[in-house]
Amino acid sequence: MSTTSGTSTGATTPSSTRAKPASKWEAAADWTDGRLGIYSLAKANLRKIFPDHWSFMLGEICLYTFIIIILTGVYLTLFFKPSMAETVYTGSYVPLDGIRMSEAYASTMNISFEVRGGLLIRQIHHWAAIVFVAAMLVHMMRVFFTGAFRKPREINWLFGAGLLFLGMFDGFMGYSLPDDLLSGTGIRFMEGAILAVPIVGTYLEMFLYGGEFPGQDIVPRFFTIHVLLIPGIMLGLLVAHLILVFYHKHTQFAGPGRKEENVVGMPLMPVYMAKAGGFFFLVFGVIAAVSAIATVNPIWSYGPYRPDQVSTDAQPDWYMGFSEGLIRVMPGWEISVWGGHTLNLGVFIPLMVFPLVLAVIWLYPFLEAWVTGDKREHHIADRPRNAPVRTAFGAAWISLYLVLLIGGGNDLIATHLHLSINSITYFVRVSFFLLPVIVFIITKRWCLGLQRRDKEKVLHGRESGVIKRLPHGEFVEVHADLSQADKFTLTAHEQPQPIELPAEVDENGVARKVGRLAKARAKLSEGFFGDSGQIAKPTAEEHAEITSGHGHH
Amino acid sequence: MKKLSARRRHPLAALVVLLLALAATGGLYAAFAPAEKAQADTSAQSLAIDEGKKLFAVGCSSCHGLNGQGTSDGPSLVGVGSAAVDFQVGTGRMPAQQPGAQVPRKKVIYSQSEIDQLAAFVASLGPGPVVPKPEQYNPSTDPAKNAADISKGGELFRTNCAQCHNFAGQGGALTNGKYAPSLEGVDPKHIYEAMQTGPQNMPSFPDTTMPEEQKRQIVAFVRHTENDEPNPGGLTLGSLGPVTEGLFGWIFGLGVLIVVAIWVAAHTTKAKKS
Amino acid sequence: MSHDISDNSPQAHGASHGSEVAEHGNPFADPGLPAHLPRRTDIDERAAKRAERQVSLLFIVSMLATIGFIASYVIFPIDKIVYIFPLGHVSALNFALGMTLGVALFCIGAGAVHWARTLMSDHEIPAERHPIEADDEVRADVIEQFKTGAAESGFGRRKLLRNTLIGSMALVPLSGVVLLRDLGPLPEQKLLHTGWDKATPQNPIALINMNTNRPMKAEDIVQGSLTFAKPEGLEEDAPDFQQQIAKDALMLVRIAPGDLKDQQSAELGFDGILAYSKICTHVGCPISLYEQQTHHALCPCHQSTFDLADGARVIFGPAGHPLPQLKITTDEQGFLVATGDFDEPVGPSYWERPR
Repeated sequence: MSTTSGTSTGATTPSSTRAKPASKWEAAADWTDGRLGIYSLAKANLRKIFPDHWSFMLGEICLYTFIIIILTGVYLTLFFKPSMAETVYTGSYVPLDGIRMSEAYASTMNISFEVRGGLLIRQIHHWAAIVFVAAMLVHMMRVFFTGAFRKPREINWLFGAGLLFLGMFDGFMGYSLPDDLLSGTGIRFMEGAILAVPIVGTYLEMFLYGGEFPGQDIVPRFFTIHVLLIPGIMLGLLVAHLILVFYHKHTQFAGPGRKEENVVGMPLMPVYMAKAGGFFFLVFGVIAAVSAIATVNPIWSYGPYRPDQVSTDAQPDWYMGFSEGLIRVMPGWEISVWGGHTLNLGVFIPLMVFPLVLAVIWLYPFLEAWVTGDKREHHIADRPRNAPVRTAFGAAWISLYLVLLIGGGNDLIATHLHLSINSITYFVRVSFFLLPVIVFIITKRWCLGLQRRDKEKVLHGRESGVIKRLPHGEFVEVHADLSQADKFTLTAHEQPQPIELPAEVDENGVARKVGRLAKARAKLSEGFFGDSGQIAKPTAEEHAEITSGHGHH
Repeated sequence: MKKLSARRRHPLAALVVLLLALAATGGLYAAFAPAEKAQADTSAQSLAIDEGKKLFAVGCSSCHGLNGQGTSDGPSLVGVGSAAVDFQVGTGRMPAQQPGAQVPRKKVIYSQSEIDQLAAFVASLGPGPVVPKPEQYNPSTDPAKNAADISKGGELFRTNCAQCHNFAGQGGALTNGKYAPSLEGVDPKHIYEAMQTGPQNMPSFPDTTMPEEQKRQIVAFVRHTENDEPNPGGLTLGSLGPVTEGLFGWIFGLGVLIVVAIWVAAHTTKAKKS
Repeated sequence: MSHDISDNSPQAHGASHGSEVAEHGNPFADPGLPAHLPRRTDIDERAAKRAERQVSLLFIVSMLATIGFIASYVIFPIDKIVYIFPLGHVSALNFALGMTLGVALFCIGAGAVHWARTLMSDHEIPAERHPIEADDEVRADVIEQFKTGAAESGFGRRKLLRNTLIGSMALVPLSGVVLLRDLGPLPEQKLLHTGWDKATPQNPIALINMNTNRPMKAEDIVQGSLTFAKPEGLEEDAPDFQQQIAKDALMLVRIAPGDLKDQQSAELGFDGILAYSKICTHVGCPISLYEQQTHHALCPCHQSTFDLADGARVIFGPAGHPLPQLKITTDEQGFLVATGDFDEPVGPSYWERPR
């Protein structure tokens, strides 16, 4: 359509070949299409189909909280002064009257106590950030456990990973800006962490802080990174992420009529425009109400930052909690290397393990793809039970993450459960290595059990709860046959077979060299899809045998 | 000395001793006479000490010894002063119930007058910090002065106290199951006494390094934080920092949003097939 | 637009359910999309009207809430505190603005979603997917085009041109790196010394009590007490106060001679008074959770525990070395003074730190 109008504008005749628009709206749309080509764009997308499932909306929570953060963040920049210049507080908050503080802290006090609605916007900004990162993590877990990261979505998985990583750091920098006693302690921690980097640590520290800690530069520099650099990159990644979601079309769960080759759901216009658009307002409304109800980051209670003061309960926001756990439970190893140089392993090892914890889960999809050797596209989301090794791996990762969160909050757990901080630390040290293994084994067996139950249900039907007495006195429970739809759904998943190594000796009797990598791959494949990795699906023959043989039907 | 001992037998010696004795008695009388009431106080004091001793023998001596000299079960109380007794017994920490990492605050089992008697007895064992008078810990009646006290007290609190008791006096963990208790609902007098005496593992902040006036300012800040300070932003979530905020955000932020998402994505109920 | 579009033929999907099995009566065959069932609002006009009224009501509530938001903004003074159960004494303005905004937004969303769920069509529609990969013809075509373009550019043939281009592209970002040099000074000896290094035995520096801002005498520091100190001459209003106190902060304790376990540490002190750096050697938190009976000092950030009676040896946690100790004595007036800097750098360790 746009091409015809394009050629016609080049013609000498003033009139277009296009039919006369029926209304003013159509005329406006025609005008826009002539310049932007909106009709072709809309043709592909206006009735775009989205499948209905609550877990598919987790990503939207992330998107909407991100928008909320940007809106409220822009408002906050109108009042916030990113300066570490000293000033004496004279505002309306009595307990800090006459106290020395930085302009950054004073202006945050001003936003909280003098600007009407400023406190609300601050709290919306902060609560939205807390929910944003939480939603990203849960969204990532949904994608992980349903195998929605498989081809063609691997790159989008990495975009999402990048968003989570940047979101965590932008959050850290954001709550560091007010220069209060709590966040200042966090910036001090960062100084120590940077100093622990071998060889270049002191240089990095001097360059980042503009001299010795705390200097005058860190808050303004964080401000620029927090409001400009990271959000800019995130916005780019976000757009790319969304474009790919549209381009790939959404995954869907198996069900009658739902195939790899289609996507079943409701159209964007009008249903998802209303649902997704409405969901933005729902998310914003909930966050606004939460911000009316609960305080977040009461910087006035913390007081301004001074390097010689501290309050207990010195924790980062939750998304940095697992790194806090790593730091807290690490033994104090410090060694001398290269003739008198100090290597602070007590800080450096956690610093290196921190990205590793995340990298492990982000790289898993590529390990799985290598093991399966599967080059096909996958659009049907797995039920977690049907991929026991993957599910067990994910659960083990979550247990690791949770145990580190416990480590990060060990002091509060100690006081609230009347435990010793030292015992909790020892517990976390052991659990860090042991718990993921235990959780892996339990989860895998659990999945296999659920697979067995599915098989049982398909073959014998569902327990109806009706007890029947047979003529000879035996009591049996009547099993109701599943509907065709349920039978299909429960057997729709694929069951890959483990790859087999080529024979040691080829057909000509020549010894074949099988690389160590190939052997490892075969071993892993056996673990994934061998007898211990999955329960064989019911076959048509098994079904026929049971339904014809005997039946409680 | 020799001269003195030689004159001891002088006929006038007895007279000199008599005169000296008279002068001393008179002088002593002169010193004490204006305080007739004080004498009464002294007798009341000695009465209190006696009563305290009896109470002590029953309630405390099994651990601290009959004369407060300490045993393997409890430290010596010589020199801890009346402030320590008033704090320990007045907050219910003493008498202790069971061994543990730390003796907790619990129900007070002695009346204030009994506590005063116990304090009087223990104070008689040796000099130590004295129970503060109300003007030492009560807030200034001048509102402007009080406001200044609160802000100065806040700064002192963040330097000296917040590291253990948390920025809002909620308490915090120490090593091996010990903890700094919450300051919520603690009598200002007891807060003052704790700073004076350093109960259990808490270090003391004696007047030599933290003058009386500064203790009063800290008490003013704690009182303000615990009683008068509003929480403008809403629920304080225990004033425990980001840990409870994270929990709240997950449960009431993301949790509610997921419930909403379930509603948004769920299929509408179908009408019964007709 | 209705379910009849969908492929209703019983066709299995997945590897083990090939279509040939389906043809032989596969018991697990795909029954196809279920028939669409109407909702109340689809068949009962009264129900539809009711739903419409509900949606409009939600939008009206939203409008009222926005009016309420503006009214609250005007009515409530910013410092007005009200008691609201169970929140406590909260800012009236914050609560009113947040709740009205929340309701205004939530009702728009709830209305839109309710509208979609009850009044918009709920026919499930299948849409075809197409493979992301291009077919072989397109692929061959693109590769051919690229090869032609590459050949025309001469990039592969003219090696000199190619290599110099790569060289220039590799070098040009260095300008950006060089520009970062002035972000901060070089470390040099900065981390080695603190504000105490101006002290000498001839010109000692007094320890100033953080609370009173005055020097202290030895008898002021009693056993079991905890005192914080800074060097004489460092005032709070000094422009570099934060930077200095970040290194100079001291923690003073007095330990009974019988309890001291480390002779060297005892000698650095004066009459049982020991002056340790307040800055944790792990990552620099002000460590000051002092237990006067055990003489342990705990860091609130990461729980490094130091035994102050034993030269501040690390007994628990992630810190790698003891807290530095400042040698102290008294001057002729009896005030506590330092006669030199710490014997090692304070704060977290770093690569160049002597060990």
